[in-house]
Amino acid sequence: MTIPGAKQTSVGALVIALLIILPLIVNSGFALTVMSQTGIAIIFALAFNMLLGQGGMLSFGHAVYFGLAGYVTAHVMNGMANEDLPYMPVSLIPLVGGVAGLFFGILIGFVSTRRAGTAFAMISLGFAELATGLTLIIIFFFNGEEGVQTDRWVREEWFGITYGPDIQVYYLIAVWCVIAAIAMYLLTRTPFGRMSNAVRDNPERVQFIGYNTHRVRWLAFSLSSFFAGLAGALHAVNVEHVGFETVGLGQSAVILIMVYIGGTGHFAGPILGAILITLLNAYLSDISPAWYLYLGLIFVGMVMFAPGGLAGLIMMHDPIRRAAPHLLMRMAPAYAAAFGTSLVALVGCIGLVEMAYFLSTTVSRNTALILYGIALDAADFWPWLVCVALAAAGALGCSRTYPRLAESYGTAMHEARRAVAS
Amino acid sequence: MEVFVFSLFNGVLYGMLLFLLASGLTLIFSMMGVLNFAHASFFMLGAYFAYQISQPLGFWPALIAAPILVGVLGAAVERYALRPVHRFGHVAELLFTFGLAFVIEEVVQMIWGKVPVPYDVPPSLNVTAFAWQGLDYSVYRLFMLLISVGIFVALFFGLTRTRIGLIIRASLTHPHMVASLGHDVPKVFMWTFGVGCALAGVAGVIGGNVLGTEPGMAIQLGPIVFVVIVVGGLGSLGGALIASLLIGVLNNMAISYDFSLYPIFSLLGVEREAEGILADLVSLTTGAIAPLVPYLLLVLMLILRPRGLFGTRDV
Repeated sequence: MTIPGAKQTSVGALVIALLIILPLIVNSGFALTVMSQTGIAIIFALAFNMLLGQGGMLSFGHAVYFGLAGYVTAHVMNGMANEDLPYMPVSLIPLVGGVAGLFFGILIGFVSTRRAGTAFAMISLGFAELATGLTLIIIFFFNGEEGVQTDRWVREEWFGITYGPDIQVYYLIAVWCVIAAIAMYLLTRTPFGRMSNAVRDNPERVQFIGYNTHRVRWLAFSLSSFFAGLAGALHAVNVEHVGFETVGLGQSAVILIMVYIGGTGHFAGPILGAILITLLNAYLSDISPAWYLYLGLIFVGMVMFAPGGLAGLIMMHDPIRRAAPHLLMRMAPAYAAAFGTSLVALVGCIGLVEMAYFLSTTVSRNTALILYGIALDAADFWPWLVCVALAAAGALGCSRTYPRLAESYGTAMHEARRAVAS
Repeated sequence: MEVFVFSLFNGVLYGMLLFLLASGLTLIFSMMGVLNFAHASFFMLGAYFAYQISQPLGFWPALIAAPILVGVLGAAVERYALRPVHRFGHVAELLFTFGLAFVIEEVVQMIWGKVPVPYDVPPSLNVTAFAWQGLDYSVYRLFMLLISVGIFVALFFGLTRTRIGLIIRASLTHPHMVASLGHDVPKVFMWTFGVGCALAGVAGVIGGNVLGTEPGMAIQLGPIVFVVIVVGGLGSLGGALIASLLIGVLNNMAISYDFSLYPIFSLLGVEREAEGILADLVSLTTGAIAPLVPYLLLVLMLILRPRGLFGTRDV
């Protein structure tokens, strides 16, 4: 028999090994920056999912705790450099951010978690707007639109670590990312984690059993703010600057979109979303001006058709894999057909969007554009015709292949159930 | 005195624009339980549509056509996108409208660019109606006031005196009973959503040329409209009107008077030459905190009195 937790331990060991060797394989400066950002995004996304996925609380302002902790961290580092504050190693400074996040989480969470659902979402929106407004008024602490500058090289630490080179910061983020992820995973296994799920699913029943739903939500909110603050501190260390946009609605929106696309129903979902969206953001935002439109459309598409997110889509196949893995192979043709038609539709739609964006944002009268490696004139008629034709053909194809895919999934599920029963 | 009169007038005008947005939103929210995050995006679309239509045809056709277009678009969104999401619950609906607002902003940037478009006040209305104490007041502002007051009156009588209004009000509180009596409640929802969006579109048409037509206009106004409907109370048109006027007038007064808040802090013993955080407090003025007040009101209202000023049930 297997040892309990053996699977998790082996997955964890694999991830840690990957994190250590990853910068040795891809060692460009840009890739390192992206990996550091990804690590921060993973912590923040997991913290956000403690609210949205596990606690059922939709927040439009969780970046408040991320950003405020970032400000506190920047001030603490500056204070240590001026010797106004007692020295502590920068390696441990994420804890300062975490405590700052926890402090604001306890304070604001007490009032905002009294209500759940839409009221909670609106209160979080109100606090997000208040925080953004305050960053521009309280110059003493937030330094207005300029933000707070800081320097992570305070003094040499153990083994000669100075956090001067980016690679050292990457490993700092990686270590804290692993610690935070493990801590948050273990939290889901505690009685508190289960109560949080119960309050999400049926608060009335929880009250009848004798629990205080407000207190459970408050605790979940505070702990989530702790981890959000930890991520915010790492952000301050990573970019050595904290600006008013870190507490704002935009930052909160991005994390919400990441977590939802990754999938709120599974612990690994937010990790998946954080990695995917950070990577796409880093590499696509340079190529396409319409990147945010695509992100928004993916998000809306997920809300409408796959509320479980990517993790939900993957986990749909888990029962089949367990019962009879060969059934997955039988679904491959249906998947290939759906993928092919989607690709045709996507090529057409992306072409249209790119040309429209190009025409509206380009200042000069220059309408020459390189699309898919082909030089063309966006003011011409034929590229539009080709793209419309591709989009229409793809959409028509999708309307045939997707029902067939659903049918093949249904058959596979049915046979998997029979295999389990027999 | 003239500052008072003019900021009162401007505040009422701004408040009436807010009301055009809030009236539709509060009906939609109390009927379907959906907080439509994209409501202000329909306001933005109204302004952009009006700009596009007024280019070849002029302002007056745009005033009629743009809101109708926005309304049809809103009804289509409800019918083909929001209704399928409904089975996943209110949080999913809220997420959908949030994503929709995001997408609409990007689509607007795709079609009309990131910089403001030159959507101007029609020249025929851009004349001085009256000048008083050296300050001009244009006919267009009076026209805006006239339109918004007209819509309020029409909406109020439509909801309280007509059969359609009766069905809508009944659908707010007793949807199952209304359905049992043979009315198509989903259709009522769809058209209420459409008309609500059309009203936001009207606000866009008449407000876009004064406030500026640019891709950021939705995100600027959107959260304020939430404040209005929460403070006014769910489903209460009168409450929405009073809350709109309150926020509009308070905001304008705070900015045009720009009182220093130092006297308040001096009562607490703060020196004028204070340092650190106190220096920020000493230099605070009402104009600086004006943008924060609505959100403070929102948070306090949701915590202390979730039904708002005139609402009958909690958010």
